[in-house]
Order: sequence, then C-alpha cells, then structure tokens
Amino acid sequence: MDIIFGGEEKLYRALTELIERHHPKAAFVYSTCIVGIIGDDLEPVCKRVAAEKKIPVIPVQSEGFKGNKREGYSAACKAMFRLVGTGDITGISALSVNILGDFNLAGELWIIRDYFKRMGVETVANITGDGRVAQIMRAHGAALNLVQCSGATIELAKMMKESFGIPFLRVSYFGVEDMAQALYDVAGFFQDKDPGIIERTRQLVKDELSVLYPELRKFREDLSGKKAAIYVGGAFKAFSLVKAFRLLGMQVVMVGSQTGTAEDYRDLHEITDEGTIIVDDSNPLELSSFLKEKDCDIFVGGVKERPIAYKLGVGFCDHNHERKQPLEGFVGMLNFAREVHSSVMSPVWRFVPRREKKV
Amino acid sequence: MEHPPYMSTTNACKLCKPLGACLAFRGIEGSVPLLHGSQGCATYMRRYIISHFREPMDIASSSLGEKHAVYGGGANLKQGLQNVMTKFGAKLIGVATTCLTETIGDDVPAIVHEFRREMHDSGLRDLPALVTVSTPSYSGTHMEGFHAAVRAVVEQLSEDGTSAHIARPPALNLLPGFLSPEDLRHLKEIIDDFRYPAVILPDFSMTLDGPALEDYEKIPSGGTPIEDIRRMGGAAATFEFGTTLDCKTAGKFLEEHFGTPLHSMGIPIGLRETDVFFGALEQLSGTDRPEKHVLERGRLVDSYVDAHKYLFGKRAVVYGEEDLVVALTSFLTEVGITPVLCASGGRSGRFKPAIERVTAGIAPPSASCESGLQSRFPSPAVPAAEGLSGESGWRSWFPSPDGPAVPAVPAVHEGMDFQQIEELALELSPDLLIGHSKGYTLARKLGVPLIRVGFPIHDRFGAQRILHVGYRGTQSLLDRIVNALIEGNQNDSPVGYAYM
Repeated sequence: MDIIFGGEEKLYRALTELIERHHPKAAFVYSTCIVGIIGDDLEPVCKRVAAEKKIPVIPVQSEGFKGNKREGYSAACKAMFRLVGTGDITGISALSVNILGDFNLAGELWIIRDYFKRMGVETVANITGDGRVAQIMRAHGAALNLVQCSGATIELAKMMKESFGIPFLRVSYFGVEDMAQALYDVAGFFQDKDPGIIERTRQLVKDELSVLYPELRKFREDLSGKKAAIYVGGAFKAFSLVKAFRLLGMQVVMVGSQTGTAEDYRDLHEITDEGTIIVDDSNPLELSSFLKEKDCDIFVGGVKERPIAYKLGVGFCDHNHERKQPLEGFVGMLNFAREVHSSVMSPVWRFVPRREKKV
Repeated sequence: MEHPPYMSTTNACKLCKPLGACLAFRGIEGSVPLLHGSQGCATYMRRYIISHFREPMDIASSSLGEKHAVYGGGANLKQGLQNVMTKFGAKLIGVATTCLTETIGDDVPAIVHEFRREMHDSGLRDLPALVTVSTPSYSGTHMEGFHAAVRAVVEQLSEDGTSAHIARPPALNLLPGFLSPEDLRHLKEIIDDFRYPAVILPDFSMTLDGPALEDYEKIPSGGTPIEDIRRMGGAAATFEFGTTLDCKTAGKFLEEHFGTPLHSMGIPIGLRETDVFFGALEQLSGTDRPEKHVLERGRLVDSYVDAHKYLFGKRAVVYGEEDLVVALTSFLTEVGITPVLCASGGRSGRFKPAIERVTAGIAPPSASCESGLQSRFPSPAVPAAEGLSGESGWRSWFPSPDGPAVPAVPAVHEGMDFQQIEELALELSPDLLIGHSKGYTLARKLGVPLIRVGFPIHDRFGAQRILHVGYRGTQSLLDRIVNALIEGNQNDSPVGYAYM
C-alpha cells in the first residue's frame, strides 16, 4: 500500500513518534531502494519535522542501487557536513583535532583520545565512532582533521578543508610504527604553536613502548617464523599489518586488498619479502588456494572470510568490524599479538585435514 | 492493555523475505541462491547467516545500479545467471527477488525463460535448474520467503511419479520448514529408524554445518538431491510442519497437483506434537516406532515428572517465528510453565488460533485470576531496578498466594516488534524468555534468563547444533530451561547453596 501511495506521510508520523519517544539531538533519515524508486521526497518531510521538533533532521541519500559502498560513504559525509559549522566554537584550543574515520570498535577511539590528551591536544569531535551531535556541530573549530579510514571520511575532510580551511592528515593507528608516526605527525603540525609538544610526544611513545616491548617479546618467541596472509578492504591497513607481523617476527606470505590502487601494490611489493603473493580484489577460491599453497598459519581478513579460513583449518584474526579487542594504539599491538598468538599456537590445527595428512 | 499501533518499527521480530528464500535454496544439492536486486541485500544476508551458522555462505546478486533501476534489470540478471553457472558450476540457481526488483516490476520468470531460450539457441543444452520466487521484502517475513521458495522449487521441478524416467518415487515427502541442521539430522535419523524412504526439503544439515575440509568447495556438499525433488509428485504422503501456514505451501501444491495426501502438523516439539509426528510415521509405514524411540519418550516423561516443581507456574515470554512459538508454547504448557506472552513479527492471522489449540485444556485452572498483567512487585516501595537485580531467589522459587496472577490463556500478538514486546513483557514480569538472540536486551533489562532457540543466535556458540525437535530435542530444551532457572535461583540466593 505504502509503495503505491507513497510513504511520505508515514515517514512524517514515524519520525514524530520516534523523536517523541527518544528525544534525540538530531535525526538522520536513510533512503532505501524502494524510496528511491517510488520517488518519495525526504527533504520536505525532514524540514517539516525539524521545524516542529526543533532538532536537525537530515536525509541521507543512500538508496541501495545508487552506487556502491563508496557512494554510501559519500552520502553520509554530505549529511554529516550539514551539521558541521552550526555550533559555537568559542573556547576550542589552538591545539585541537577532529578524529575522522574511526568507529570506536572495542573502545579504540578512547585510547587514541587519551594519547592526544597526554600530548596536550584537544579532540573536538569523533566522526563517527562515539560521536556526539553537539561535537560534530562545532567540529569546524578544530585546527586539524585526522583521517584514518579514508574511504569513509576523506570526502568530509575535503569539504571541511574547502569551506573552513581545516587541513587534514592521513593516519593509521594500527601497529607501533604507524601509531607513533601518527602522533609525531600531529606533534609536528602543532610544534610552531607549542614547541614542547615534540618532547611530550616522544616521552609518551617511550613510556608506551617500554611497557609494550617486554610483553611483545614473549609472543615473538613463539610466533617467529610463522606464516601470515593478509586480505583486507583497504591497502592502507594492509601496510600497517605487514609491519605489525614483521614486529612479531612473522613472515607475510600473501597480502592483498579489495580496493588497492596500482601504486599501493607497487609499495606493498617494496615492503614485502621476495615470493610474497600480492593479490587484488580476490575471491574465496583464489584465496583458499593461496592459503593452502603457502601453508599459512594465520589469515587476516574480513568477517566473511573467517568461515572460509576456519573451514580449511587456518587460523584467523578478526582485524575487521567484528573485533572485540581494541587493535589500535600501542596497547592494540599487544592485543593483536595476543590474538594472533592464541590462534596460531592453538593445538587444534594438528587435527584439521590439511595438516593431518602430513603427520 | 492494548495501545494504538505504532507507525514506526523498532527492532523487528522478523527478518526479510529473500533471506528466508536464500536459506531454503541453500538446502538443495549443488544450489546457489541469487538475489535479483542491489548488492547490499546479499552482503547483509550473508553476514547475518554466517554469524549464526559459522559456515561460508555465498549469495550471488544481479547487483543492479541506477541505470537498471530505470531500464529494468533483465540484462544483469542474465549475466548473473551466466556467472553463477560458469564460476560455481551450480546444478540449481534459486532466483529470489527483492524490494527493488519487485517495485520496478521486473518479470523474473519471463527473463529466466528468455535466458533459457538464449542458452538453448547458443547450443548449451546442459543448463542448471533455474527456480524463481517472488520475495518482496516490504511485506511478509523470512518464513514466508522460506516457504515460498520451497513451494517454488517443488512447483517448478517436481513431476508425477508415473513419469517414465522416475525409477523409484520416495515414500514420504517431509517439508520441515526452517529448523536447525541438528534438527534435520535428527529427523533423518528417526526416518531411517523407521526404514522408510523419504525426501527432506530443504536439507541444509550439511551445507550449513559441514565438516572441516582440505580443499574449499565452491558449493558445499549435501542438500536435497534435485532428482529426489523431481520424484516428490509420486510419494505416498507429504508431512508438512507448521500450523500457521497459508494455503499456498509446497505440500498443498503436491496434493492439488499430484494427489499426494498432505498431513499438516505442528513442529514436533513437546510430547503431544512429537506424538503426532511419530503417530503419522507409524501409520504411514505400518510399523511401530523402534524401541529406541519408545525409550526416549519414556525418559522424557520421566524428566517431566522430575522437573515439574522447578517449572510450575513459571512465566515465560515466547517470541519469534509463528510456528516455532506455537510448538514451544505447546511444550511449555505441558510442563506447567505459563506462557504469558506469545509474540511474533509475522501476521498470518492463524497464530492466535494455533496457540489456543495447543494450550486448550492443559493450562492450569486459574479462573480466579482475572488478569495476567499485574506487576510482580506492586508495592511502590520497591523500585523497578532493585526488583530486577536484587530479587531474592526464594520469592520466585515458591509461587506465593499473593504472587503474580496466572492467565488462563497467554496474550498472543502478531506483527510485534521488540519495542512492543518489551512494553508488554515489563508489565508481565516473566521468569524467563524463550526465543532468538535479539531478545537479549530485554532479558538483560528484566534480569531473567534467555533460552536461545531458533534463528538468529548471534551471541552464543553452537546455534547450528541446537536440537529442538523430537523427544530428544524436547529433552534438551527441558534440561536447559530447568538449569537456567536453577542457576538463577542459585545466583540470587544469599546463602550460596551447592545442592539445589
């Protein structure tokens, strides 16, 4: 019925009902396939509800058939950008950042925020992990944007650069080297305003590493020489993982991503050992044959790769959105080591068919 | 305590139609489900199914974009079929529609017919079976999608038993609906014990719960053989589980088309519904049930007796798929548990009468209790939160005379979401919840155990191995329920008894 007569009135009533029930600070309305086809116009409905309920009500043009995930990100960035610039920015420190493209999986964002706090840098807004509407509204008051998952949020960073002149840095919080680099980059950016920040950052990294390295050494003893395979969404994460496995003394025998560019793969080739298989946009069959050929001890991939690895009796690390342990930051490296260790060193692999026959 | 219906749905107590169709197609040998629609549907369903079964699950998609939404998705669907044929070597491709393709009005059977002709003209004779089913997800539930897919398979593949190339028709068609792989294995064992040849459709006991492998299989082994499906029209009878189904089921089709007698029955959970199933098997096969099952039944009755005091008067909220809720409710009333709320996201219109049928004449006499909606802690001096966490175990251990009233007939609600279930459940003060893992938030809020059954179970291990059906499945459910209640009492007790 709604399909034939349109869903705008129903949307209005549902929105009103939900806003009255939950009293949110803002509402986002996502359009799906059907809405795109039947041609409901979300904008006037959202405007009407926004005026009545006195909160921002923002449509997100996310019809399933209109492009891929990247375009969904773009729709989200555009929607989010409507909030940016609407809040009061008085009192924001000159040393301030927004954290973009971190989703606070397992509380990771809080770890990163804590590092910045110890460096004397204020975090204005997290977009979108643990985000707050009020924070996002004043995000334009920050001096610098830090972009991790660039696929999701680089567009927002670019819009903020254009409209508010806020520069952005691409960072990764995975692995010791990249995490430290991210902090040093931020310190470098602010050193003109606060020369002491470099020393504070150095001290922070030193403190963290002095705790981390002795712990890591125990795992390294067991894991040294074991073989890892990597297949992740973006190449940026693949780089971090290659370095992280190296820190554990492990050999990366396969690395690939779904969305990497030719340049990414040249760089991956540079940092990996001779004989490492480099794959682009693979499929389960191909991946499984590589896992077998290289006799991998552990595979790092997306949620949908996990059952494939397990079916073939290969260890797996959930370096994806289903992780329950924080993998970012220095403590994240330790958790990563622990998770890899708990999978690789498990006795169960000796019973799986691919190993059984060799015994 | 009826409130005006909400306009919005919050945390639906159902899943979408094509998801059910994909699960059904997965239970056929050599089969790959293909969604005709945009890419996102397939990705979301794969993730949802994988997280429950912990098995690989491929769902192909015709992956329509903006252009196809305007000009139709026929070309993409044909390309998708071709890809699945060449890349997977599928023996059957089950095409299910989605919101998008239903709304733009693609005529999928016509497109598939055209594809067949084009393949034929290009000299390709050995096409896989292509089955189409209409599953617009803006209406109905995953169960309707599941049953529609089973019907489509039977309608489009089964033949009369007298066809020349059909050597030996099966004796029994068993259409179990959406059960767990462990349930399907148990049903097969029972039928094997009767030494009676049967076709179970669908059968994902292997394809969604297979062994560890050395080499990756593009399509997992197992599933109902297509040859068996073709012979279903010649069977002596069809057993179809589900008492809230509409008249357009696969079983009905077989009856109307081939004259195969249809026995509709509830999912065999609890003594009475399992007795019906065994009774029908005995009658059909002309043999008594093997001793092993007589003993299993006997032990179940024995455990009903052993357990009865732990359970009498306990209040349960049961939610999920309509037929599963009906079967569970039937079982719960047998052991003296009072289902105070039976809720489903489905809207068959047959849910309430089915619940009434299984509870009639067995619920404890409670004519003096006018309503089941009194709060368990009517005193305003006890704040709700304290009542949840700090409740003394002994209060719920022995139902006191001034305890909660027991309704004669459970409240039965169709078309519910978890917002509504929660509102009702908070007033009903249940002792336990029975359903899938989406009820966890509510169980946590109420401070009562959740007995996880059905689909999805995303917060526990071994969902694919939960046995619900038969005397053995009932036994396992009974043990889990009793233990959950004992554990609650033990944890709540200030003494710390090790002897319960």
